[in-house]
Amino acid sequence: MLSQDARRSVEDTIKKYSQKRAAILSTLHIAQKEIGWISKDTIEEIAGILDITPIEVKEVVSFYTMFNLRDVGKYHIQVCTNLSCSLLGSRHIVNYLEKRLGLGVGKTTEDKKFTLSEVECLGSCGTAPMMQINEDYYENLTEEEIDKILMSLA
Amino acid sequence: MEKYLTKNFDVPNSETIKAYLNRGDGYKAVEKALKEMTPEQIIEEVKKSGLRGRGGAGFPAGLKWSFMPKDNGKPKYICCNADESEPGTFKDRQIIERDPHQLIEGLIIGAYAMGVNTVYIYIRGEYASQAKILQKAIDEAYENRYLGKNILGTDFSIDIYVHRGGGAYICGEETGLMESIEGNKGQPRKKPPFPAGYGVWGYPTTINNVETFSHVSHIINKGADWFKGIGTEKSTGNTLFGVSGHVKRPGVYELPFGVSLKEIIYEHAGGIRNDNELKGVIPGGSSTKILTDSMIDVKMDYDSLMQAGSSIGTGAIIVMDHTTCMVRVGCVLSHFYRHETCGQCTQCREGTAWMHQIISRIEKGEGEIEDLDILLDIASNMEGNTICALSDAAAWPVQGLLRHFRDEFEEHIKQKRCPFTDSFLV
Ligand SMILES: Cc1cc2nc3c(=O)[nH]c(=O)nc-3n(C[C@H](O)[C@H](O)[C@H](O)COP(=O)(O)O)c2cc1C
Ligand code: SF4
Ligand code: FES
Repeated sequence: MLSQDARRSVEDTIKKYSQKRAAILSTLHIAQKEIGWISKDTIEEIAGILDITPIEVKEVVSFYTMFNLRDVGKYHIQVCTNLSCSLLGSRHIVNYLEKRLGLGVGKTTEDKKFTLSEVECLGSCGTAPMMQINEDYYENLTEEEIDKILMSLA
Repeated sequence: MEKYLTKNFDVPNSETIKAYLNRGDGYKAVEKALKEMTPEQIIEEVKKSGLRGRGGAGFPAGLKWSFMPKDNGKPKYICCNADESEPGTFKDRQIIERDPHQLIEGLIIGAYAMGVNTVYIYIRGEYASQAKILQKAIDEAYENRYLGKNILGTDFSIDIYVHRGGGAYICGEETGLMESIEGNKGQPRKKPPFPAGYGVWGYPTTINNVETFSHVSHIINKGADWFKGIGTEKSTGNTLFGVSGHVKRPGVYELPFGVSLKEIIYEHAGGIRNDNELKGVIPGGSSTKILTDSMIDVKMDYDSLMQAGSSIGTGAIIVMDHTTCMVRVGCVLSHFYRHETCGQCTQCREGTAWMHQIISRIEKGEGEIEDLDILLDIASNMEGNTICALSDAAAWPVQGLLRHFRDEFEEHIKQKRCPFTDSFLV
């Protein structure tokens, strides 16, 4: 269930549009931020709020890459492996993270702390290689930099 | 060489309205437009300036604005395209982070000119912190009465809303974007009807890129003739070139159209890392055809790049030195389009999958020489007959690579392995 605060943000968002349904992406962002992923229950709740069917919500959720249909770790690490990042060693960055976290791409650590993914270009090509952890960008990555970042995540 | 788009990027707190107003000309163009010009005059001025869209296709902005119906008595919309997902492109983000009021001012002028009262800025979902910066700037503009009801004491009212995407390259395509705003999957619509006739929720809509709108206040302040004096005859004004890859100083450079690619790489971006040899350059984002080291005298404008067999796209320059395996480049790019196709058109859905599969096979040393003609055959089938241009955008890079680096593909096939043992992706 969404919290009261989240519900209020959704209501505010709906006001931006002439049709309720247009608030769906914002609502999904709000829900994911609060709950971490988009469960079947959340889909039903959102469908109720926006007056559409659960299957319509599901269709949208699965079309866009940012929404997790499964629970992910507390920190979702997404490494860009598109061209500019690849040219500057993103493969190496992925390998290093795999080694440090002891897990493969697409997997979550047992303590549910980290999930590791590869993603397409995130618009940081001039500061490659880069990764995104939850909503934050980390750019110009090196092994030392990654060590520091991982240390800082409680 | 005068900079105007990025001139204030390094001013302290450049994203605040205070800094914007302090510079002297901040929000002066809106005053001038609303108080001294008619909507028709504004559209005429933008037309005369020759301003072309900076989102990739280069369509004349003023002409596009003139397609919007006048006094139709129903809602009309502007959608500002801040989806910025073309690999290699990171310029709109700079405007949003470092001078968002410049964009907002352009949007107000555009809205007034087209009789639009509601603007959506469609920003890619991953730009979460940028969306916050933008929202803050919009809030400031409301507080200072540049947005809202009856702005500057006129009878013109305008609202600007930030709409966050959910992660999908195809939502940068203008009709995919409108579907996404409506709350649907971002699957492009057939054209015609064009957005100016049938846009979001079926109402007249104009879509322009973030950078396109950001030029507008300068055109209004300094005039179309000033703007036309910069760049080349058919590519007017400055533009933002984003340089990435194997250069010493990657970044966004504001330069006039017509500057040579060589100058951008060797002077502005500092040359190739470790002073390595240059091998290839993608001149305008992942969808544009690659150029070789011998072609970098080309001038960076629409016509010159077309003559060179490529295009200026989003001005995103990706530089590759001699260590780069061009088959690997093909793998990375074809993977991207395979991942991003929306799947509506058979040629695009199947073509992107086959291309990626075949190039990956070649990279692994398992390719056959016939594969190269098959690739070209698939690519030509993907061109020109799909709902949107993603299919073409997927075909072009493969055609470019095979045109200029075919020997490297053949070498992979002959040696049955990738000859680049220390290639960038090992
Ligand atoms: C697959 C695809 C992706 C696109 N992505 C973007 C984008 O991220 N940003 C953008 O401004 N234009 C993008 N475009 C171009 C838009 O369709 C449209 O031409 C542009 O936003 C119009 O604005 P402009 O005339 O100011 O360039 C894309 C086009 C295609 C075919
Ligand atoms: S060309 Fe590709 S991306 Fe565009 S509508 Fe067709 S299938 Fe979708
Ligand atoms: S290629 Fe990695 S951010 Fe653009």
